[in-house]
Amino acid sequence: MALLDLQDLQKSYGALAVTQNFSLTVEAGDLVGILGPNGAGKTTLFNQITGTVRPDHGAVWFDGENVTQLDASRRCQRGIARSFQVPHPFVGMTVYENILVGATFGRSTFDPRKLALDVMDKTGMGAKANKLAGSLTLLDRKRLEMARALAADPKLLLLDEIAGGLTDSECISLLDTIRDVHAAGVTIIWIEHVVHALMSVAKRLVVVDFGRKVTEGDPAEVMASPEVKSIYMGEDAHG
Amino acid sequence: MSQAATIVRSTPASRIAGLIALAVLAGIAAAPLWASSADLRLITEILFYLALASMWNLLAGYAGLISVGQHAYVGLGGYLMFSCVLFLGMNPLWSIPVAGLAGAALSVPVAWLVFRLKGPYFAIGTWVVAEVFRLSAAQMASVGGGSGLSIPVSVMRDLGSKDQRETLIYLTAFVLCVGAIALVYLLLRSRVGLALTAIRDNEIASSSLGVRIGRIKLFVYVAAASVTTMIGTLIFITKLRISPDAAFSVNDWTVFVIFIVVIGGIGTIEGPILGTLLYFLLREFLADLGAIYLMILGALAIVIMLAAPKGLWGLVVQRFDFSIFPVGYRVRRK
Repeated sequence: MALLDLQDLQKSYGALAVTQNFSLTVEAGDLVGILGPNGAGKTTLFNQITGTVRPDHGAVWFDGENVTQLDASRRCQRGIARSFQVPHPFVGMTVYENILVGATFGRSTFDPRKLALDVMDKTGMGAKANKLAGSLTLLDRKRLEMARALAADPKLLLLDEIAGGLTDSECISLLDTIRDVHAAGVTIIWIEHVVHALMSVAKRLVVVDFGRKVTEGDPAEVMASPEVKSIYMGEDAHG
Repeated sequence: MSQAATIVRSTPASRIAGLIALAVLAGIAAAPLWASSADLRLITEILFYLALASMWNLLAGYAGLISVGQHAYVGLGGYLMFSCVLFLGMNPLWSIPVAGLAGAALSVPVAWLVFRLKGPYFAIGTWVVAEVFRLSAAQMASVGGGSGLSIPVSVMRDLGSKDQRETLIYLTAFVLCVGAIALVYLLLRSRVGLALTAIRDNEIASSSLGVRIGRIKLFVYVAAASVTTMIGTLIFITKLRISPDAAFSVNDWTVFVIFIVVIGGIGTIEGPILGTLLYFLLREFLADLGAIYLMILGALAIVIMLAAPKGLWGLVVQRFDFSIFPVGYRVRRK
């Protein structure tokens, strides 16, 4: 049984179709990368998986349960957590308190205070425990996004452009964290424009354009495919 | 493994401030021993406003529920007290817990209605509900219709001599007010408070982390309605007379309360305390000026909103990072 099963999702805002006939299966333990140009509908897809946005049509199955009608908080309690493309920290709370929110209200039944401490140290935020999230740099805000999501003890972690804007060395440490999380048994779907970062960890790539799935498969094969070249290089796919 | 870390929830400064606050509280509780009758009535009124302000702050400052219709519950409390006394022959003070339960029960269908509205529409919706309450009270001939009615002298006489009555009412107001602030404090230190602070900062992110926003907001709305109804009951025990316009006065029970919270500091427990003291200082010195007094209040509110959006207590926090009622979590490494 697949961990996540998206069945024929469709979503429009007025005349603009942002998700069209989108189906995708993700097995437990997978690490899926999602590529696509700006405005292709990647984040809207995430929003439909997490429950921030309901699809107009289609179904989201998670862990054998149809969660299409559940809101984001209930889906989080079942094991779906995410980071936001534009970080959404709780600016008036400290780093530790931000993480504590995930540990308290997420899927975990473990002592939230200890869990939050543990996650904070593992994600390298320990030194900034008592700093207000509003005062953090972009890199730390992105780390905090991930730490908070991990504290919710997800089975499926959705990362939305978490490497964007990072320096190479920052990116390397981020990749290490992602590998660790994946090795600990968390299934990951990662939207990213930083292709080399995505390629270095993803086991499978899905390419999205105009709200449709263009292609999916082995990362190297997908990157070499004419469809992807036409999207990214503007080449005529059949030229 | 990391260094052993502990979570602390207070600071030495906050512990000292807490002790001082307890001493001040004891002094206020003993007011019947040192205050004149007029002063006692004034302190009683201050306690009412402090309790109302703390409840509105919980709603608006923490749950983001900007209600401008909380006078619905003040008036409801007043009318419930009159009904309990006149029709059930109850002791007026015993009507307070009854009103607390009834206010909570009635607030559930009201929430079902107004929670469909967001932002400014929610605010307007709550005001409309309060108007419906006022018009309904005016239609009920049994509680005096539009002109209202008074508590029979005999009922009040049963509570004891004038001094005994005033002391009894004062102490009840004290318990209600301290209880209201303690409720807010304990709530904010609990997981509800963690959720509320997260919601205050970012609804989408809190929902994505498992916070059940609707449930938390409903809980806060019902709690605030219940306490506000109880305060309304006691307010009208002191007033001895009720009419729809006085009971459901948006000015008296909502506008001044919002003023207090805004100048004191919204979204902090200390803010309403500071705001209430300031409001009564202004009132004592300026109320004789009539309309000009209200213009001064309005101008002051605008200046503070522009210069210090987090109110006067916000300035204290900004400068000294200090809190009498710490609700956060600090990590300390050994």
